[in-house]
Amino acid sequence: MIHKYKLNGYNIVLDVNSGAVHVIDDVAYDILDLVDESLGETISQNKLVKLKEKYEEDDINTAYNELYSLYKDEQLFSSDNYEEYAKMMTNAPIKSMCLNVAHDCNLRCEYCFAAKGDFGTGRELMSLDTGKNAIDFLIQNSGTRHNLELDFFGGEPLMNFDVVKEIVKYARSIEKQYNKNFRFTITTNGLLLDDDKINFINEEMSNVVLSLDGRKEINDKLRVTPNGKGCYNAIVENYKKLISKRGNKDYYVRGTFTKHNLDFTKDILHMYELGFKQLSIEPVVSDPNLEYSIREEDLERVFQEYETLANEIISRKKKGDCFNFFHFMIDLDQGPCAIKRLRGCSCGNEYVAVTPNGDIFPCHQFVGNSNFKMGNINNSNIDHKIKKTFSNANIYSKESCKNCWAKFFCSGGCNANNFQFEGNILKPHRIACELEKKRLECAIMVKAATL
Amino acid sequence: MKHIKTLNKVNLKKSIIKGGCGECQASCQSACKTSCTVANQKCEK
Ligand code: SF4
Ligand code: SF4
Ligand code: SF4
Repeated sequence: MIHKYKLNGYNIVLDVNSGAVHVIDDVAYDILDLVDESLGETISQNKLVKLKEKYEEDDINTAYNELYSLYKDEQLFSSDNYEEYAKMMTNAPIKSMCLNVAHDCNLRCEYCFAAKGDFGTGRELMSLDTGKNAIDFLIQNSGTRHNLELDFFGGEPLMNFDVVKEIVKYARSIEKQYNKNFRFTITTNGLLLDDDKINFINEEMSNVVLSLDGRKEINDKLRVTPNGKGCYNAIVENYKKLISKRGNKDYYVRGTFTKHNLDFTKDILHMYELGFKQLSIEPVVSDPNLEYSIREEDLERVFQEYETLANEIISRKKKGDCFNFFHFMIDLDQGPCAIKRLRGCSCGNEYVAVTPNGDIFPCHQFVGNSNFKMGNINNSNIDHKIKKTFSNANIYSKESCKNCWAKFFCSGGCNANNFQFEGNILKPHRIACELEKKRLECAIMVKAATL
Repeated sequence: MKHIKTLNKVNLKKSIIKGGCGECQASCQSACKTSCTVANQKCEK
C-alpha cells in the first residue's frame, strides 16, 4: 500500500509497510496513478502511450526504472505481513499508570472531559496509602519492565501536592531494590505553582505538561475559575518561571482549540512569543451538539489552518528560529518499532488509570464508567477479561485501520474516543481520523521542506 | 536518482526482530494528554 499526495509544491509518496518516504517529480507521480501494486520490469505500452501525451518517452522510462528499483528494494508497494505479530504483547505487563491524585479542580474549563474535575463522581483527593499501594501495584505487575511511568493527573494534581511528593519519595526509596526506574510526569493548569512546587517538579518530573490555550482572550473564554474569571494572568508568569529554571528537561505548553479559534496558529505563535518553545494545541473532543465543538463541516477550515502552521514552521526553521509543534514531530528514521506501532497507547493492557479511591480503569478517559472498572489498587486483583479485551485492540483488529495508510503512525487512534463516539473501542471516530491524517501529511511535508 | 528523492532509509519490518521490548514511553493518542502520534516517540533500544 502507498499513500501519495501533493502539498505545498511537493509530491510525496509514503510506502506504508516499510515506512519509506519519497519526494517524486510529476512524471513519477503520474506513473503511480496508472500502475498497480505489482510492478513489471518495464512499463506497458498502453501506459506509455498515455503518459506520452504529457511527457517525453525518455523521462517516462527513467522515472519508471527508478520506481522499479525502489519496488525491488521493498521501499515501494512493500508487502504487509504484520498481522501475525498483532497478537504479540497481548497480556503484556502493566508499566505505565495515570494516577488521578485529585478528582477536584480549581478551574471550571468549559470543555473539561473530566466533568470539571471530579469525573462526575464527587470531589475527592487520593490518600498517601492509596498512592503507595499504586506504586506497589505497578512494581508487582510490571514483570521484567525496567522503565515505569507514572503520570500525576487529575483534576488538578497540585491540589494534592503533598501526597504527590510523598509518593515520589516512596517510589524512589524502593525502585533500586526492584530494579526499576520510575519516570514521573505531571499535567497542571498552573494556578497553584509556587517556587517550592516548581523546584520539585523540575527536579523529579521528566516531563511536565502546562495547560494554556494561547491568546488571553481565547484562553480566558473557556479556562475559567469557579466564579467565571479567566486564568491567563495568573498562570503565564508561573510557566515562565518554571521553564526558565527547567534546563534541558522536557516540558509542553499545551492548549485545546475549539470552534472559537480555528485560527489557532495565532495561539501557537502567541505562546512562542511568550518564550515557550515546546508547544502543542489539540482539537477539543466534545459532544458535537455543543457550540464550541469541532464538527464535520469545520474540517476543511482546520486542514487549512494546519497548512498555515506548517508553512510558519518551515519559514522559521529556515531562519533558524524554531519551535516544536508536538503534532508535527515525526521521526521518519528511528521511530518506534512496528510492534509498538500496532497498538499505540496500549490502554487497559500496559497502561491503566487509578482514581483517588484506588479504582482501576483502562485509561484516564474511561474513569467513572463502571462498566470498565478493572479492580481496585487496595486489593490488587484485576479483571483480566477487560485487560484481554483491550490488549486485543490493534490496527489489525480494527477494520478501518487495517487498510488505512496512516496506520503505522496513528496506531489505531484513541480507544476512549472510539467508545465515546461510536460505542465501540474498535471503531475509529471519523473526525479524529481525518485530523490525524491531515497532521501526518503536514508533518511529512515539513520534513521534505526542511531536510 | 533523477526523479525521486528518498527522505529516509528505513524498513519498519526489520524493527520487528528486535522490537516489542516495551521499555518505551506509553503514548496516549488523545487530545487530553499531549502525545498524539506514536511517530514522535523515541525507541529505548
Ligand atoms: S523501546 Fe523500541 S523496541 Fe522496545 S517496544 Fe519501544 S519502540 Fe519497540
Ligand atoms: S486514522 Fe483512523 S483508520 Fe487510520 S489508523 Fe488512525 S484510527 Fe485507524
Ligand atoms: S484510549 Fe485514548 S485517552 Fe486513553 S490512553 Fe489511549 S489514546 Fe489516551
